[in-house]
Amino acid sequence: MLSAIGVNSLEDLFAHLPEEVRLRRSLEIEPGKSEYEIIEYFRARGAENASDYASFLGAGVYHHYRPVLVDTVVSRGEFLTSYTPYQAEISQGTLTTIFEFQTMICQLTGMEVANASMYDGSSAVPEAAMMAVRLTGRDRVLVSRTVHPEYREVLRTYALHQGMPVAEFGYDRESGALDFDDLERSLDGDTAAVIIQSPNFFGIVEETRRAAEIAHSKGALLIFIFTEAVSLGLLKPPRDADIVAGELQSFAIPPSYGGPFAGIIATKEKNIRQMPGRIVGETKDTHGNRAFCLTLATREQHIRREKATSNICTNQALIALMATVFMTVYGKEGLRELAEQNLAKAYYLARQLPMRFSAPFFNEFVVSTNGRSPDEINQALLEKKIIGGLPLKRFYPELEDAMLLCATEMNRREDMDTVANVLVAQEAYAK
Amino acid sequence: MYPANFRYTKEHEWVRAENDIAAIGITFHAQKELGDIVYVDLPKPGASLEKGKALGSVESVKAVSDVYAPVSGEVVEVNDALTTTPEKLNEDPHGEGWLVKIKLSAPDEIKQLLSAEDYQSYVGAE
Repeated sequence: MLSAIGVNSLEDLFAHLPEEVRLRRSLEIEPGKSEYEIIEYFRARGAENASDYASFLGAGVYHHYRPVLVDTVVSRGEFLTSYTPYQAEISQGTLTTIFEFQTMICQLTGMEVANASMYDGSSAVPEAAMMAVRLTGRDRVLVSRTVHPEYREVLRTYALHQGMPVAEFGYDRESGALDFDDLERSLDGDTAAVIIQSPNFFGIVEETRRAAEIAHSKGALLIFIFTEAVSLGLLKPPRDADIVAGELQSFAIPPSYGGPFAGIIATKEKNIRQMPGRIVGETKDTHGNRAFCLTLATREQHIRREKATSNICTNQALIALMATVFMTVYGKEGLRELAEQNLAKAYYLARQLPMRFSAPFFNEFVVSTNGRSPDEINQALLEKKIIGGLPLKRFYPELEDAMLLCATEMNRREDMDTVANVLVAQEAYAK
Repeated sequence: MYPANFRYTKEHEWVRAENDIAAIGITFHAQKELGDIVYVDLPKPGASLEKGKALGSVESVKAVSDVYAPVSGEVVEVNDALTTTPEKLNEDPHGEGWLVKIKLSAPDEIKQLLSAEDYQSYVGAE
């Protein structure tokens, strides 16, 4: 092969590389292992996970039950190995599941159209913001400080080179909910969208309608974000919003070290042409049978290139399918019951603890550690095989002695009582 | 086919000027190439257009195509009827299918555009 390409030795291929950047020793890679040894290795690494620990950590990734049917369906080869359909019409099975997904997302959010999914909740936020910029012809967005801090970071990263100024408005230090006075002060005629999250990062259920009225009074759109999809089983759908963007991890998507997840964008039908991503539509074939097709694909990146509505999004088909199966298994009533269980567990735990904020919450809430370090409390919990909450100081310097706890249907009463004992006992010790 | 009192661009737009007001549309050839038009995205009245920059887009079942401003000026009227009846662009591209009317800011730009005869020979026989 060397003579075929006209060189004498392997060394000749690297002759253009300066001596100082070349590695003159072996890579020191361990010799190959047998299949048995590999399985043993990963079994041992897996055993290092805290898999039998109880967890009270939420903050954007939630511990929910995954029905076994989810993996049974998504591991079928027809779904597992297929790529997003570019020869759409021959993939009726995939298109059917995406259509079902879109339909259920519309039912869940109270919106009229949903796309075929996004990478995740965090990247759906800037996509929704850029959509609002296109719809209003304005360029500034105003985001609540109670939107997930990492989502805001992703928004700022996207905005940096889009000519899209991002400003923030605050929360009420007593209630933990939106500071509507600050919103009114910060809102101006250049604002394309107001972005809120509910339940917000502190778990608090926001007054969506009031936020929408204020945004609309200045001609801005309201973008509604959710990170905990289970809340939609119980809370009023965000119909007052113009665009809904969110994360579906709660719907049977494993945490997997932070991804892949699946996000959504849904909106009113009049905004559909500015919605990023792909949309599956229902049609009829030449024999008049119900069939599915890609619709509005003319605005997608493989056709419109740099003028597409988005060049940083995908149809997260397989992961979105997990959520589709989850929604199918639970159904409307089941999801409502699941949400009620979450609410009941969260209030059971919260009742025993010093609450930082006064507004109503869903399955997450902020507790005061009253001068004790949240890290210390978490260490004490870890010794009892419990993963504690999120210390908030990292994202909110003003919340130094506060932590965000989450309770879901997966938490047992005895673990909740242990958390309460550790938190309250440490408090007593501090006094 | 192409009205003699219109001026044309190689990007297949037409201009019909009366004093300092000009109507802008896309040509018969353009609509024929695009196929069935399903949606038209137009600027708002008051928007200022710069010659050569996109003023909006036309979406057919095949593609979304930008429409470029053949001349500069401020939008004074938009053909709102196209929102509900985009097919007018296919049926009557040089009449009811007009897109916007603008107040010319540089009327001399018109002279640089193609005559009906030149445009006809540019697109060839149809």
